[in-house]
Amino acid sequence: MSRRLESASGMQALMADSFRECDAAARDPAGRVAWCSSVGPVELLRALGFAVFFPENHAAMLGASRLATDLIPTATAEGYSPDVCSYMTSDIGAWRRGVTALSRVDPSIARVPRPDVLVYDTNQCRDVLDWFSFYGRQYGVPVIGVAAPRGVGVVTGELVAAVAAQIRALVPPLEAIAGRRMDPDVLARVVAVSRDTSVLWRKVLSCGEARPSPLTFFDGCVHMGPAVVLRGDERAKAYYEGLLAELEGRVAAGEAAVDGERVRLYWEGMPIWGRLRQVSELLAGLRASVVGSTYCSSWVFDGLDPDAPFDSMARAAVELFISRSDAVKEGILAAEARRYGVHGIVFHDAKTCPNNSNCRYGMPGRLLRGAGVPSVVLHSDLNDLRLHADEGVRLALEAFVEQCAEAS
Amino acid sequence: MGGPFFSGIDVGSSYAKAVLLDASGAVAAEAVRKTGVDFAAVAEALRVDLLEAAPQARGQVARTLATGYGRGNVTFADEAVTEITCQAAACWHLFRRALTAIDVGGQDTKVITLDGEGRRTSFLMNRRCASGTGAFLEEMAARLDTTPEGLETLAAAGREAVPLSSFCTVFARGELLSLIRAGRAVQDIALGVYEAVVRRIVEMARLQGDVVLTGGAAIPGGVLVRRFEAAVGHPVLVPPHPQTTGALGAALLAMRAREGQR
Repeated sequence: MSRRLESASGMQALMADSFRECDAAARDPAGRVAWCSSVGPVELLRALGFAVFFPENHAAMLGASRLATDLIPTATAEGYSPDVCSYMTSDIGAWRRGVTALSRVDPSIARVPRPDVLVYDTNQCRDVLDWFSFYGRQYGVPVIGVAAPRGVGVVTGELVAAVAAQIRALVPPLEAIAGRRMDPDVLARVVAVSRDTSVLWRKVLSCGEARPSPLTFFDGCVHMGPAVVLRGDERAKAYYEGLLAELEGRVAAGEAAVDGERVRLYWEGMPIWGRLRQVSELLAGLRASVVGSTYCSSWVFDGLDPDAPFDSMARAAVELFISRSDAVKEGILAAEARRYGVHGIVFHDAKTCPNNSNCRYGMPGRLLRGAGVPSVVLHSDLNDLRLHADEGVRLALEAFVEQCAEAS
Repeated sequence: MGGPFFSGIDVGSSYAKAVLLDASGAVAAEAVRKTGVDFAAVAEALRVDLLEAAPQARGQVARTLATGYGRGNVTFADEAVTEITCQAAACWHLFRRALTAIDVGGQDTKVITLDGEGRRTSFLMNRRCASGTGAFLEEMAARLDTTPEGLETLAAAGREAVPLSSFCTVFARGELLSLIRAGRAVQDIALGVYEAVVRRIVEMARLQGDVVLTGGAAIPGGVLVRRFEAAVGHPVLVPPHPQTTGALGAALLAMRAREGQR
């Protein structure tokens, strides 16, 4: 792993507090818990006083703790193919087996917080709807959300308006479940906090442009927690103010996340959660720093506007990298490669995540020919380590770093 | 020519190979052994093999570079580099032109592209499964109750390749069973096995320019080479010792490192 950031301990405490709050809300008869997809309309939920739980974050924790691979077969036995999202299958497997990654954070938390409603946005994939529908059936609670456009080229006013209308339509059922009316001023404040948090997170990630980079993609995977789980919460904003200050201090001091940084890389696609540390250490040992990623940037929503909460939430959801066309993605990747000054791109072709594996339709070749950006493709998975081969990934990364070093 | 000498040790998943170069860059000795289960031991045995074949190099080996899956286990190596870089170095040394090198390894197959100045511009590896690799040939040989060498002999006598469609080695073994049950000539089945490997490789990348085929199965004039040429529609280049090109590349890089050229 690259050099540890001092802010990490504060982040872990913050995340643990969030999980405890969800747990407490689920046990409080007056409390209300909403489960939300990671880039779903969380601002509505916070404005209505829900404690918000994110199954994707939970699934990533299952992956990072290497529990996921043993849990997936339980979901497979339930009829969920081993080829579909391993976030979903590991999470469902955990639920069936009475296991939660939250217990590792706080042993007093025995189970995931019982939801009163599940709210999704399909801007990332359809699996999230199938995933949430499982829990909707198990708990007998509503599953509502946004059916978002995918493969978006130009973000038109019509597309934004269509999504904004769906977000607005969520308000009445959510008000009924929350037992209170939506206060527009509260919503505006939450959206403002979300935007401020997002701006800070973007600045944190942009520190990777520095040479040497003070943080890596692997740091980002850890420190993005509050940007996902506490989006719209003042504590996340405060956390990123501190993290940004620490990173800016590193930049000023010329302090590298990876000692002797000689090769700079960009990561495209999902993390390999169960091998995050190993891959990070491997690359650090090769003096290669992964200075940017599409993944961590997926929680940057600068366009959120407290004066136009619904439209700006919709625009943020439609503009998301994962929901764009390949042509747009190609342009973004070429620009990101330039911005971060990388030698090449590491594409992770995650077997069970076709929607966030962007190397399957000729993108690496087009980027090499069009923008002169070389790349390597890792064949693995986000959570299912049965689909991962340590040796193959190691060879591919080492060979790619050698290639980049030769070229520099 | 005398010392100093430079050695390359390529501990692959099936076979371990070694090449010793003299100070002029000429090959002084080569050795090949089954890798087995003790990577360090096989590397040491190869070192002994080289020095027995070229006793003038005793005490004169200036630098050793290890490569292959067991590169981290070669305790006497000065440096370890991936086999992809070593294959590229060897193919450039042997052919000196823009080329696509295809190494059919035991565990995986690599497609490496070099530009006209010997720079690697890209590389690809086969996906997770064994189809298109030496392991596939070994598996199919075992199912046909023969050795990899025996499979080559059988296939050379084949007249019409029987198509094997599966990506999956386990499924392909099932296909073999069906073909045997259907009474298809075992020589034609063996030829079909090679054809399947070739199909998996040519779909890995759009092959441009001269193509170099390496690996233990790439016997000059052998079945794999002939089927490959038929698939791409033109002759391919095969090094004189295609099984040891990785080790040759390692020895060349060891020499270059010593000369401060890397």
